[in-house]
Amino acid sequence: MLFNQARRYLYFGLLLLVFITGVWAERSGVLAELLEYDEDIRYLVVAHLKLTLISGGLAVLIGIPLGIVLSRPSLARHAETAMQLLNIGTTVPTLALLALAMSVLGIGNGPAIFGLLVATLLPIVRNTYTGLLAVPAHLKEAASGMGMLPRQLLWQVELPNALYVILAGVRTALAINVGTAPLAFLIGGTSLGELIFTGIAVDEPIMMLAGAVPTALLAITIDFSLGLLAFVLVSKGVNPLRQR
Amino acid sequence: MIKLDNLTKIFDTSEGPVTAADHISMEVPSGEICVLLGPSGCGKTTTLKMINRIIPATSGTVFINGEDTSAMDTVDLRRSIGYVIQQIGLFPNMTIEENISVVPRLLGWQPERYKARASELLDMVALDPSTFLKRYPNELSGGQQQRIWVIRALAADPPVMLMDEPFGAIDPINREVIQDEFLKMQAELNKTILFVSHDIDEAVKMADKIAIFRAGKLEQYASPDTILAHPANEFVAGFVGSDRTLKRLQLVRAGQVMGARPTFVQPQQSLSEALVIMERNEHRSITLVNSQHEPIGIISRDVAWNHQGLCGEHYEGLHGIAQQHDDLRTVVAQMFTADSSWLPVVDDQGRLVGDITQRGITHHLGATYRTQG
Amino acid sequence: MDTLNFLLENLDQLVALTLEHLMLVSIAVGLAIVTGVPIGIAITQNQRAADIVLYIASVIITIPSIALFGLMIPVLSLIGQGIGYLPAIIAVLLYSQLPIIRNTYTAINNVDPALREAARGIGMTPLQRLRMVEIPLAVPIIMAGVRTAVVMNIGVMAIAAYIGAGGLGTYIQRGISQTDPRQLIIGAMAVSVLAIAADYGLLWVQKKFTPKGMKVAG
Repeated sequence: MLFNQARRYLYFGLLLLVFITGVWAERSGVLAELLEYDEDIRYLVVAHLKLTLISGGLAVLIGIPLGIVLSRPSLARHAETAMQLLNIGTTVPTLALLALAMSVLGIGNGPAIFGLLVATLLPIVRNTYTGLLAVPAHLKEAASGMGMLPRQLLWQVELPNALYVILAGVRTALAINVGTAPLAFLIGGTSLGELIFTGIAVDEPIMMLAGAVPTALLAITIDFSLGLLAFVLVSKGVNPLRQR
Repeated sequence: MIKLDNLTKIFDTSEGPVTAADHISMEVPSGEICVLLGPSGCGKTTTLKMINRIIPATSGTVFINGEDTSAMDTVDLRRSIGYVIQQIGLFPNMTIEENISVVPRLLGWQPERYKARASELLDMVALDPSTFLKRYPNELSGGQQQRIWVIRALAADPPVMLMDEPFGAIDPINREVIQDEFLKMQAELNKTILFVSHDIDEAVKMADKIAIFRAGKLEQYASPDTILAHPANEFVAGFVGSDRTLKRLQLVRAGQVMGARPTFVQPQQSLSEALVIMERNEHRSITLVNSQHEPIGIISRDVAWNHQGLCGEHYEGLHGIAQQHDDLRTVVAQMFTADSSWLPVVDDQGRLVGDITQRGITHHLGATYRTQG
Repeated sequence: MDTLNFLLENLDQLVALTLEHLMLVSIAVGLAIVTGVPIGIAITQNQRAADIVLYIASVIITIPSIALFGLMIPVLSLIGQGIGYLPAIIAVLLYSQLPIIRNTYTAINNVDPALREAARGIGMTPLQRLRMVEIPLAVPIIMAGVRTAVVMNIGVMAIAAYIGAGGLGTYIQRGISQTDPRQLIIGAMAVSVLAIAADYGLLWVQKKFTPKGMKVAG
């Protein structure tokens, strides 16, 4: 496929870039300086991932069931209103969310996780809801006409067909989460933001890079992993990544 | 057997109650196909969907094989009825095997049993199980999907099937093919089938009985021939069309109308013998058959009159030939094409079994008016 | 009450920061339109180029904004612009590329082939076709991309206060560092209201741009 070919060129280009950057970093001594932060980086990557996984995991555990509940026909009348509110919620910038979390809950990892959870929840609920609603009505009619119980209809027909969209929501959500987690440092959460913001404050570019590079790599890795997860989990018959 | 007793549906809409089905009573005998026919919004689909309670009835009762279904659990009822909707309702997330075995799995069949059943059904529609079982619907052509989706409804061998315009979305050529396949299957399976259609030709082709609906009321419920020959009222007559007599041609096979004692000659007979036979029967031509009794040509009266010798030396080619199982529409089309007033009729082995004439056809079509009218 | 008093006393400053915030986002998104739309149109000519460009844009948008600032500052310091407006504007410019390029590309590609055929049939050159048929039909969808970009980047610009770009993020920054709930709440609310207002305002514009008889979802 063309896209794969394009990707191969791109990877080649990226590798070259990384190589050149690497050579430059080595020559100029930046690499050696970066490695001084080695210990901090390790510690903070783990802490950063903890924030992301706890808040993101909670968001998935709350968001998907919430999306499912909102998509039930008995709630149809309230669901649209709820989605409108969620859409407005999604518009609120993440820094503002964290600031609001701080003004209500104070500082520390708790408020940070809460703020991240709210920022992450919205796309998951929205995608779960729209994904389930997009399952064609005739499939649902065929299923209940064949004698499926509502529970069987949900597990065997609705969720498998909506899974790709739901996972896309989780992917977006976690990308936001991993990108917002550095800001959590500002309200007392432990994350790679510590290196970035301190680096900015004391005008220390290497420290900044020591935070920024792992953050960027973390975001790209998580995005890629979730893409992979969608590739594997979503049935071949409805998986846009696996069409012939 | 399906019996509907005063089945009624009243929808509450913003403009007040609307009666979609008004005291529908009818009975479909076991093993028959009943087509519910009418313009859109006439209540045919509502009536169908009340049987498996996709639409709950306002009042009235449905009996299946004599049992009052209102006492049955909705889910059990639905699992005992094959249901085919207009759109291809194959689940895109499931393989063909999983799709076919949905109802058997819901019923708790063992894997060996439903797997075997899936293969068996694929064989029935001439799709190779080893190729198709593990495929997904989007890897199949439209026609293949249609077949799968009809056999899926048959998976648990339900005695009753409900079909909502099942062939409505198929192009005309493939529709004919699928209809024929379906009729062939039905000849073996003998399901009791309710079938919604808006296409009079499809109804005439498929139905043992046709129920014509208008504005929620059952206007006429009778065999296709009766509906075409004796529409109960202006509406039915208008709906079946002004060419309804021509449509009746489809309902009759050549074998039912042919003269069963055809006249013929063989190649070694003389032309004068042929002439005698023709004059005795007042025919203007006669079929020539070979030693296997297969028609190979015809001899006209003019030729027999003007020539001497054996029939085998003076015959001309056949104008056309009718199969015993051809419907009269096909036969008449052949006659018109060949500008011929009669055709020899052959059986499946190609042997002459009768002859069919334009007069015989008009006589047959007119019989119903002479006895009933 | 405290917060309200603070708000009334500092109304002038709030208005000034809001305008600064809006202006920075407008300049950056404006530049993004000028670059993104032509790129989006150009890549409709070549599938492979389209795949590569869209892939790069989607990787860029995955990079967290604060990380992007962190990566840019050392580079921009070389020309003495490490902190301030420039990195903020460049970041917004980069983030806006994906929604704008993708929407332009999709919109032009989705123009009904029958319309394209008709345009060719009445003798339009490819350029005329682009100008008179494809772009007008694509404008509402491009506008939707611009709207996404603006809303997203109002948030990014708030973070940019930490690299000295100013704007409403200044309140949040000060609120956090001085543990002053008044500034914290005012900053957070102002930036949220701005984002929501921009969302609705641009939705209105998007509808205005939609030719009558053409319905576009979203």
